[in-house]
Parts: sequence; C-alpha cells; structure tokens
Amino acid sequence: MNTATIKTNINTAQPAAETAQQVEKDSVYSTRQLNLWYGNNHALKNVDLEIGENEVTAIIGPSGCGKSTYLKTLNRMVELVPSVKTSGEIQYRGRNIFDSDYSVEELRTRVGMVFQKPNPFPKSIYDNIAYGPRIHGIKNRKILDEIVEKSLRGAAIWDEVKDRLNENAYGISGGQQQRICIARALAIEPDVILMDEPTSALDPISTLKVEELVQELKEQYSIIIVTHNMQQAARISDKTAFFLNGEVIEYDSTDAIFSNPADKRTEDYISGRFG
Amino acid sequence: MRYIEQETVVRRMNGRMIINRLFQGLFLFATLLALLALVILLYRIVTQGAGHLSLDFLSNFASRFPEKAGIKAALVGSIWLMAVVAPTSIILGVGSAIYLEEYAKKGRITTFIQMNISNLAGVPSVVFGLLGLTIFVRALALGNSILAAGFTMSLLILPVIIVAAQEAIRSVPGELRDASYGMGATKWQTIVRIILPAAIPGILTGSILALSRAIGETAPLIVIGVPVIIQFLPAGVMDTFTALPMQIYDWSSRPQAEFQTVAAAGIIVLMAVLLFMNSIAVIIRNKFDKSY
Repeated sequence: MNTATIKTNINTAQPAAETAQQVEKDSVYSTRQLNLWYGNNHALKNVDLEIGENEVTAIIGPSGCGKSTYLKTLNRMVELVPSVKTSGEIQYRGRNIFDSDYSVEELRTRVGMVFQKPNPFPKSIYDNIAYGPRIHGIKNRKILDEIVEKSLRGAAIWDEVKDRLNENAYGISGGQQQRICIARALAIEPDVILMDEPTSALDPISTLKVEELVQELKEQYSIIIVTHNMQQAARISDKTAFFLNGEVIEYDSTDAIFSNPADKRTEDYISGRFG
Repeated sequence: MRYIEQETVVRRMNGRMIINRLFQGLFLFATLLALLALVILLYRIVTQGAGHLSLDFLSNFASRFPEKAGIKAALVGSIWLMAVVAPTSIILGVGSAIYLEEYAKKGRITTFIQMNISNLAGVPSVVFGLLGLTIFVRALALGNSILAAGFTMSLLILPVIIVAAQEAIRSVPGELRDASYGMGATKWQTIVRIILPAAIPGILTGSILALSRAIGETAPLIVIGVPVIIQFLPAGVMDTFTALPMQIYDWSSRPQAEFQTVAAAGIIVLMAVLLFMNSIAVIIRNKFDKSY
C-alpha cells in the first residue's frame, strides 16, 4: 500500500479546505419552519435552525423531545418510518432537500451518518469500509485500498486493525466497531456527518476516543451530534440546540447555553432538574 | 408483613418438583415415540428393499417382471422435474418475498395477500393438481409434460418458499438496512449486497425443504395424468415422464409380493435423494451462517 501518496493527499487537501472555509463561513443547513408528524403525533414543531460549517453542533434534550427525529430528517432517513409527514423546508447548501428532483441517495452521499448502536455489516473490516465507495461505483482495487486506509486513519483506528482488515468486523470490540462505523461514513467522503448518540452503547474509554475523534474530524467536516450526555455536549460542541417536546427552546454557542442559558427550561434541564 | 413464607414455599416444593419431572418425562416420551416410528420405518424399508438394490435397479426401465424392474425412468424424471421446479419456485418465491418485505407498503392489500399466501400453504396438494390440469395441461396445452408438472409443483410449494424467505428477510437486523441506506445506497443495492447475503441461509434452507416436499408428492402428478410405465428417457421439458413417487405408488399397489420388495428399494432411492438434498441445505446454512 502506498502510504506516501496518501499523506501528500491529506496534506494538500487540508489547506484547500481551510481557505474555502475562510472565504465562505456559510451555514451548511438552514431549517425553516420544519414540522413533522408520525401519524397524528406532532413530533417536530416549527423548527428553525442554522447549522454552521466545520462546527460541532450538539442537540440535547430529554427522551422523546424530537432530537433524533430532527437528525434523521437532515438525511431523510426518517422517511423509512411509514406514515411520516413533513412540512417546511431544510436547505442543504442552498438546495431544499425535500425537492422532488433531489434524490435521497444523492443527499446521503453528501451527508454521512453514525448510529446509536455500532452496526457494522457482517463482512470483513475492509469490505465494511469499501461498501460506500463500491455502491458509488468505485471498482479499482488500488483506489479502494487507499480509501480504506485513509478512512481508517481518519477514524483513528488504522493502527488497531491494519493487520486484520480481512477479519469479520463482528470480532472486534464495541468501541472499535463504532469507530469502524465512523470510518465507513468517512469513506464516502461526506460533507456533513450526523451522529445519533454515538457513544451511548460504549464504555468510558471508547467514549473518550470517539469524542477526541469528533474534535479532529471537525477540521474537515461539519458534525451534528445528538447526545443524552450534557457533559459530552459541553466538552465537544461549538453550538448547542436544546429541544423540548418537538420545539427548539434555545440555540446558541455551547458556552452561552451552559453558562448563561436564556430560557428557564434550558437552565432546569442542564442543571439536572428534569429529563 | 412478609408475603412469602419460607415454610409454605418448602411445603409446596415437592409438588412443584413432581410436576416438573412429569412434564420432562412427557416431552421425552413424545420425542422417543417419533424417533421410534422413524427407526421402525427405516428398518422395514431397508431390510425389505436392500436386497433388490443394485446398479441394474438404477439403470433398468420399469418391467412387469419384478426381478427386471428398474427405476431409471423415474429417477431421471424426478431430476428433470426438480430442474424445472427449483428455478421456477425459488425465483418466484424469493421475488415475492422481497417485494412483500421490502417494497410493498403495509396496508390492507398486503395483509390480504399475506393471509392468502398462508392459507395457500394449507391447501391439499390434489387441489393444486386440479389447478395444474386446468391451466397448464389444458389451457396452455402443455400436456402431461415435465413443464406442466414442474409448474404445478412450483405452485404447490411456492407459499412455503415465500413464507420461509419472508421470515429470513425479516430476521436481517434493521440497523444493517439503516447503515446501507445511510450511505446513499439504493433499495436494490441494499437488497443485493446486504439483505440477501444475510438472508440466504434461511431462504435456501426453506427452499430445499420445500423442494424435498415436491419430490415426494404424488397426488398432483396423478391428477395431471403423468404415466407410470415409461420405456424412454425424456429429451426435453416438453416430453412426458414419470417420477419416483409415481413409480413407488405403482409398484406397491401391484398384487405380486415381489413388487413390494421393488417398491421398498424405490423408497430407499427416494430417501437417498431427499437426504442428499437436505444435506446440501445443511452445508449451505453452515457455510453462510453469520451471527449478528
């Protein structure tokens, strides 16, 4: 495997990304008047949110507040649930994701997702990472090799699994599986990564590793993370949105939310009085 | 106040233990009874038919002399029949199962279809024979050919394959689908690359068990008018043929005692074919089996 070329690739890619970021510090997603119903259950109510580029946005709130639903709406995974209805719009890079000519497959190629429970495929580690590139038509073995290495390095798990790429991904620990899933999401070279409580099934050390990883990844990706753990939100995010009963109660920089919340309900929640 | 008195628990313990052992014995008895029936059956068939088994038996055509009677036409006919039934029923069955599980919107119509598939699995095979006679033999004018019989048998086992394949597809964890869709895979890519590989052990096990049923069925073949005595081998799917269970049925209903031996030998051959098919199912299941 040709590590030299990959390193130079990363090195040349990074400054380019940084300059692009300085030129347009735009919002990646802007949600306007989003409503969502599961049947008759009004799960999201008039949600307005702007999500910034190369930032970590945390979404917090008690169970059933709609935070996961909102996250899954951003890549339209929520539509896999039958009887979901939506109104309003979500602009992703200036395009409404609900437009009929915007295919979900195209959207999900730009927006990767990491799930609550590690969910590797029952395939080898290599085939797990190569899955995304392959479905998007990459067959060349050399290119796949490079993507696999780059993605595993990106998810900080290359050194742990480089000698066992052909082993089944079920044979590694839960924490490693979750980082494999992050690497798998990186392999489609997304723009945004959605994370749905990615550490809730992990032990504290694995959680720490994933949190450190999120910090590194935000250099190149915009990350939106749903979490139950308020300390986690405070540690890793730049901005925090507090959801309650399907509404956005407060959305501000993480420092402001945790040190000086404007709304009484936010204060009650982060100080552990409910939820 | 305590609700559970230690003394009462101890006093009642004996009765509970007796009932526990009683049911254990009952279930063991049920298992042994089934096993016993199987052993007796096998013993009778093997002792009766083993003497008649020989290469000649496999390579001779049917004859009115028991010592010359062979099973060649029936064995080859059954293989031909399976060659039609296996692809037809597996492609249609797995296709229906994929449609019902992955594409169809859950609603009144799918519930209705689902209910009918389950009911069809319980329809007697002779009824499928009548259906085959009406549609394939007469309306489509296929006559009593391998194709007509194969299609009829496929209809017969289709419900079983659909239900087995649906179970197998449903048991693929939803998280794997989510992961695939989450990367921008289409439904088809997800089905081919994730769902089918994970469901294949279940699908093939169900299919092969269904095929085992088809190879042993006699009633639909009788209704279609498949002949018993045939002195040639079919050259294609439009030719007429005979099958193992037809041949065995014919031999066992003949008056001469010697033909009972021939029938037993035929049953041994049929069971060998069944055993062979079932072992393929086991091998495939073990090869593809993956734990989640």
